[in-house]
Amino acid sequence: MTDSVFLSLAQTSMFELLAPTPPGWGGNLVRGFINSIGIGVGAFALGLVIGIGGAFGKLYGGPVRRDLLQVYTTLIRAVPELVLILLIYFAVPDLINRLLETLGYGRIDVSGPMAGIVALGFVQGAYATEVLRGAILAVPQGQIEAGRAFGMNPRMLMRRITLPAMLPFAIPGLANLWLVAFKGTALLAVVGFNELTLETRQAAGTTKAYFTFFMAAGVLYLLLTLISNVLIGRVEHWARRGRQPIAESR
Amino acid sequence: MTATIMAIPRHAVTDTAAEAIHVEDLHKKFGALHVLKGVSLSARDGDVVAIIGGSGSGKSTLLRCINCLENPTSGVIRVNGEEIRLKPDGNGSTLPADRKQIERVRSRLGMVFQSFNLWTHMTLIENVIEVPVHVLGVKREMAIIEAEKLLARVGLLEKRHVYPAFLSGGQQQRGAIARALAVQPRVMLFDEPTSSLDPELIGEVLGVIGDLAREGRTMILVTHEMKFAREVATRVVFLHEGRVEEEGPPDAIFGSPKSERLQQFIRRVG
Repeated sequence: MTDSVFLSLAQTSMFELLAPTPPGWGGNLVRGFINSIGIGVGAFALGLVIGIGGAFGKLYGGPVRRDLLQVYTTLIRAVPELVLILLIYFAVPDLINRLLETLGYGRIDVSGPMAGIVALGFVQGAYATEVLRGAILAVPQGQIEAGRAFGMNPRMLMRRITLPAMLPFAIPGLANLWLVAFKGTALLAVVGFNELTLETRQAAGTTKAYFTFFMAAGVLYLLLTLISNVLIGRVEHWARRGRQPIAESR
Repeated sequence: MTATIMAIPRHAVTDTAAEAIHVEDLHKKFGALHVLKGVSLSARDGDVVAIIGGSGSGKSTLLRCINCLENPTSGVIRVNGEEIRLKPDGNGSTLPADRKQIERVRSRLGMVFQSFNLWTHMTLIENVIEVPVHVLGVKREMAIIEAEKLLARVGLLEKRHVYPAFLSGGQQQRGAIARALAVQPRVMLFDEPTSSLDPELIGEVLGVIGDLAREGRTMILVTHEMKFAREVATRVVFLHEGRVEEEGPPDAIFGSPKSERLQQFIRRVG
């Protein structure tokens, strides 16, 4: 009964509502989708950079650096992402501006996308640190020892041996992080950033076609996940070159 | 390559040959465990020094101290006449004082590990050219030409584009020897190179090492293969509980061992 109501509603208006140009809302949704991808990619990349630094720092750094990183990963992973986003979006720019004013400089405007990338990237970094630390620990010690024995300096050892050798162990965890980063962009709706979820809510609220728009958003989120899975599969295949294939579970 | 080990004519090491490795009064403690208790060792150019001894006698630790994979607690190490500068680490042991010096020294020591340790994400030839290209600054094309010669020499030229995981243990170890040779080492260090091989694969690896010994390569070889040590070594060092119990030419060590412990050891390992 209710199904058929939904269906007729959806059928009559779905294509008009999702048309790419006004009065259709499809264009807005796609714009939001692209914004979400952009923020997701930026946050994931920032998280990866922080994670590489964090993992090596935790494993090979001095006691002070290790303690600081421990505080960072513990705090970030303990506090809800939403709280951190609000904190970084509102509190940090305020703090910076106050600091700039005391030093006699003018205020700066923190752009929405930039704050979003920093906020999510900072969260990603804490998780990536732990994923990469685990992956580095999984590299057989002999691989690294062989590099040392042939006179590689620490930088070269990291670039030529440790990073490529740990990649197969890191990819499942990093794939999770990428999907979390992408979905995490939905949280930026609360600070008014025009990503997919906010665009969807606006479209749905205006037209009252909640079902259509949230389904459409769901399909877009799913689409990105499916495409990501294909790409991650390729990267993983490449990273596992030189390893015996394992029977895949299906 | 023959699987059997042929008697290898021992080349003469002249008394005037330069000292390639010099170790003096080396101590190594792992926590409360005193593994090396004042070991001295010397290898001149062309020497093949076999280090033998029971499990836990410190032979591998001694070898690993020579290229500072382990930092000695105290002692002097000279490689090609250059003393490795050590500084106190604040915990009663030492650290290399000059990282660059260690890296330079290491890049001319060809280390062969018990568990091969070929880099798994590189093909065989990529493994062999890695250090020449990235550490020693050899042109890639030149390194490849050299690497192909070395791989042909250890009988693995057709396998050059294969990843280590798809090779047998014996092939991996021969590949690891080619990787060590590619740095044109002044001294080759072998850390029980056949200990993790299946018995039928040991011969092919010993064949390669024997060839290298015959051509007068300087090498220090930690081994459990007594027959092989007797055939290729110019000098044998017997370690017992972190001390050099006896050393001398192989015929003396194996033929007329003086100390009771060496006699027991030789009886036991037959």
